[in-house]
Amino acid sequence: MNFIATHLLSTILFFPAVAALVMLFLPKDETKLHKWFALGASLVPFVLSLVLWFNFDPAQPGYQFEEMYTWYAAIGSSLHLGVDGLSLSMVLLTTLLTPIAILASFSINDRTKAYMILFLFLETGMLGVFMALDLLIFFVFWEVGLVPMYFLINQWGSANRNYASMKFMIYTMGGSLGLLLAVQLLGVLFKTYDLQVITEQWATYTAPIGGIPASTFKAVAFWAFVIAFAVKVPLWPFHTWLPDAHTEAPTAGSMILAGVLLKLGAYGFLRLVLPLYPEEAKYFAGALAFLAVAAIVFGAFGSYAQTDFKRLVAYSSVNHMGFVVLGIAAAAYAAGTADAHIALNGAILQMFNHGLSAAGMFFLVGVIYERTHTRNLEELGGLFPLVPVYGGILIFTSMASLGLPGLNGFISEFLVVRGAFGVGVNSVPVMAIYTAVAMLGLLFTGAYILKGIKKVLHGPMNEHWAHGEHKLTEINAREVIVMVPLMVLILWIGLYPAWILDVINKAVVVLF
Amino acid sequence: MTTETLIWLIPLPPLLAFFLIVLFTNKSKALSHTIGVGAAALSFIGSMVVFVRALGVEHLGESPFESAVNWLPTGDTWFRIGVLIDPLGAAVLFFVAITILMIFLYSVGYHNYGQPAGDHDVKGLPPHGATITDEHGHKHVVPSVEPMYSRFFAFLGLFAFGMYTLVVSDNLLTLFVGWEIMGLCSYLLIGFWYGKPSARDAAVKAFMTTRIGDVFMLLGIAFLYSATGTLTFREIFTEETLHALASTPAWFGMTTSGFIALLLFIGTVGKSAQWPLHVWLPDAMEGPTPVSAMIHAATMVSAGVYAVIRMFPLLTADYTGHGLTVTMSIVAFIGAFTALFAATIAVAQNDIKRVLAYSTISQLGYMIAALGIGAYVAAAFHLITHAFFKALLFLGSGSVIHGMEHGVLHTGNHHVDPQDMYNMGGLRKKMPITFWTFLIGGFALAGFPLVTAGFWSKDEILADAFGHGHLAVFVTLAIAAFLTAFYTMRQITLTFLGEPRTEEAKHAQETPWTMTTPLIVLAFFAVTYGWVGIPEHFPLLGGLVPNWFHEFVGSTLAEHPEAIEFNPIPLLTSIGVAGGGLILGWLYYRNVKSVSEDKFQIPLLKNKYYFDEAYNFLFVKPAYWFAENIVYKFLDKGVIDGILHAFGPFTQGTGSALRNYIDLPVINRAIGDGSAEITYWFGGKLRAIQTGRVQQYLMLALVTFIVIGAALYFFVLA
Repeated sequence: MNFIATHLLSTILFFPAVAALVMLFLPKDETKLHKWFALGASLVPFVLSLVLWFNFDPAQPGYQFEEMYTWYAAIGSSLHLGVDGLSLSMVLLTTLLTPIAILASFSINDRTKAYMILFLFLETGMLGVFMALDLLIFFVFWEVGLVPMYFLINQWGSANRNYASMKFMIYTMGGSLGLLLAVQLLGVLFKTYDLQVITEQWATYTAPIGGIPASTFKAVAFWAFVIAFAVKVPLWPFHTWLPDAHTEAPTAGSMILAGVLLKLGAYGFLRLVLPLYPEEAKYFAGALAFLAVAAIVFGAFGSYAQTDFKRLVAYSSVNHMGFVVLGIAAAAYAAGTADAHIALNGAILQMFNHGLSAAGMFFLVGVIYERTHTRNLEELGGLFPLVPVYGGILIFTSMASLGLPGLNGFISEFLVVRGAFGVGVNSVPVMAIYTAVAMLGLLFTGAYILKGIKKVLHGPMNEHWAHGEHKLTEINAREVIVMVPLMVLILWIGLYPAWILDVINKAVVVLF
Repeated sequence: MTTETLIWLIPLPPLLAFFLIVLFTNKSKALSHTIGVGAAALSFIGSMVVFVRALGVEHLGESPFESAVNWLPTGDTWFRIGVLIDPLGAAVLFFVAITILMIFLYSVGYHNYGQPAGDHDVKGLPPHGATITDEHGHKHVVPSVEPMYSRFFAFLGLFAFGMYTLVVSDNLLTLFVGWEIMGLCSYLLIGFWYGKPSARDAAVKAFMTTRIGDVFMLLGIAFLYSATGTLTFREIFTEETLHALASTPAWFGMTTSGFIALLLFIGTVGKSAQWPLHVWLPDAMEGPTPVSAMIHAATMVSAGVYAVIRMFPLLTADYTGHGLTVTMSIVAFIGAFTALFAATIAVAQNDIKRVLAYSTISQLGYMIAALGIGAYVAAAFHLITHAFFKALLFLGSGSVIHGMEHGVLHTGNHHVDPQDMYNMGGLRKKMPITFWTFLIGGFALAGFPLVTAGFWSKDEILADAFGHGHLAVFVTLAIAAFLTAFYTMRQITLTFLGEPRTEEAKHAQETPWTMTTPLIVLAFFAVTYGWVGIPEHFPLLGGLVPNWFHEFVGSTLAEHPEAIEFNPIPLLTSIGVAGGGLILGWLYYRNVKSVSEDKFQIPLLKNKYYFDEAYNFLFVKPAYWFAENIVYKFLDKGVIDGILHAFGPFTQGTGSALRNYIDLPVINRAIGDGSAEITYWFGGKLRAIQTGRVQQYLMLALVTFIVIGAALYFFVLA
């Protein structure tokens, strides 16, 4: 027990990977065993991160549960782990969504061993990004996460999976090239990759590098970071990989993609871009806010245009993640003010909230797809009387996604809007205009969500699904169990957000 | 229990009922409605206790019941939420509690509790009736119970929760929470019979139209919060804060307070169905009738007006008493215009509920106009009297429809629309309780002098408009009042008076006690509530009873509004237009036998000035076209993916160019193959000297030796 207490983060981080290695030795055909083993293995990090959550002291500034191991001494990189309020909430989101996604995958019967192994590796990859306090380690985990996801889409995806997985892989890797270079630059410059050391020195670094003024160098490196993260978030116009990847991925893959992988990008902005480049972030905040508003508005319109249910939900991620970046841009403009803190509180909570509602939405799309084998909204319709429980859950989750007050999405969107508008009123007027334009996106969020409900549940019943072999069956107990934790959290955060927001808030006040 | 604790608890029973019904009791109709009505009753009792205690507090305006807790951490401070009951809150709580309880009770009868399940009823469609066989072996078709009976009570509970939350909130954010929850409930309830495409579309329309207002309101809230650092009413409405807001310029030549008030007001335009966002409300009639009463009287539309009354100090922060501010002018214009505009449409409608829907829009216009000219007590007074008589009228119309459906089931002719007033007539004999209560409600709506509540509240608005010199508003509202009386009498005449026009109307039947009791209770208030607000200087009656409403609600704000001097012109006007409208309506419509004789079926009015068609053409269709063709197909699929896809061929092109022009010719051919060929060629040439003859080799060695020796000698030694 003592070992776990002193190595809590590394245990959480590597447990899934070790479990995946153990799984290699399980017999190939024991499908049931694979599923339960993977579920059990993913529950351990979840329980441990609850321990982490309750032992975390939000009042204490800086990183906690730090661990440091020599990794690549020659170039000054070490396995340095640690969490603060920002990463802690993301760690919790990851370890929560992984078992839920694995439980959601219980309907998969094709090559379950490989599938579950990939999922567990994926979890380690994602957790590593959130825990890393070393730039090189950050980058390694950043790329490690791609590989399992590529195979999950490519092997278990639907019809157009080759195209989608290729687009996902190449786009994200292409986006990270600049990041890799910029990280190398920092490593060469400071003889270490340790984030805390670099943050301290780089933000105030002024000496020319190789004859080029530091400001130019920094501006280029800033965009190298930004593009890598913008592709992942995804920010308009780097978003078109997302609808394809989300739509073609297997249900649980979409859940994790939307629930956690997108947050890696936003996390990158918060952990690296803002602290490392405060000047540049402020200088380019207008551009960032513009792209964020474009994501919010065009994401909503894009979603509204879809006839494929899953694609509609996929586009909603562009819309929702736009609010995260809007909050970040607002904070970059006015770092240190109360408006900035409110905007960032909103942005980070929005990351968590979107993780819950998007994962829920993708799962619910999956539930209906598994039964009808169609995602075409025109072929569904009037299903409410056939599946009343499913319908209720779908409406509930949709409303969370729509940002209905009383549910979680409203709190975070309100805080972002309030923070961004506050920056507009108190410091940079243009932010007020951006926020006002973002309202158009908020309006059309309503339009696409209601379109989804209308086309699936409401209207005259499509008799095709009412009788015979096509008869639509109600959501089953396992599927309800998948949704319950998500719904409870959605409601809980909506009614009393302070339990999580307080942790985020304290970190935000210290960091920015 | 302290009053504050009690106020916290008031909204909870209906919410609890919602969860209980949805999660556990939805299979049992009896249990579900017991929980639903019981919850409404609990909240009712709590509200009444709070109301009575509020009456007992002196200077409630200065020291209201309030309590707050930390909710959101925002940097170094907390955002606090809490409850507040001041005089305005108490007065609103009173009517909300009564109407909500009555609507719950009424719903039991309206959804045919106790009747058999229908023969072909399905979830998502209204019940169609059940066939029963009596002891003589005769088959009868009787009304059948609503298939989604339990769900209805669950939604209604959530709706009530939203309204109570809104009323007891001490800040704009939780007010907005309640506001939006009601938006959701109206969506769910208008689309209650979601199997009907018309109901489904009406639900979406209601949600989206009000959401237009809501996003502006959200912006207003964000603005207010940014500018003042708080959203709590009593912290905003301090002298310094209001003064600061009123003296800071914002955009478009408005002060900050005016601009924020305008943004918040747009939210009300959506919620209270004011022009130009009025289009959703008439379509909302697709929902079951108790929902219409819930939305149009007790809760949602009242919430819009309530919000403006709440924010009244902000609205008038930069008002000096001379000349309305920009925002107030906009508010007054929209209110007065809507009042008249909707009244003209109501004249040409034949659906009994649609007439009421337009009359609601029109009456809300009165309140908004009153607020625009600064008469907030009059607005609050009309809000409350209107809630009583409009709830009464909606429930009454539901009773009429229910009675007519009975007739339809009897004759079996399902082509007869039980909501069309031209299918009715003479119902006063068949449905006496409904008739008398409806008459009271209708007269209150028309402003029948002295005895009805509607008269007193409407008269106060007219008197205010006249007394403060807003003649344009006064005239507009007076014309609207005339039309109101006219279409109300038209409705009463067509529905209840004369002889039945159809066989179905002949077989209509009075509704059960669960439906008639709420009518009687509401009729009581539709008359008596007017007496609490009789102006002091009114001839004869004034001063007999104190003008309690003015004193009580007027004390909400620190600045006590002055009662205006009595003037006979507005009084005579309001008596004249009400009486004239009623008489003319009766004289004309008692002779109209069928719809073809109705001279007021003007296409422009009947089609509501073609607003639906225009909006569809101007906004709805272009929005979808833009989304599909511009954003998705052109930008995403065309431009962005086009660029991405260009990378593929580009990379491939570069690759094959490298292969075809570098790898294959240069590296493979020239360097790789070339070096081999050169070696081969040399080998071939050199083979000539590899003869195997020793003499030749020796000869060659000798020649080489001489050449090298000569070279050494020549270059090194010499």
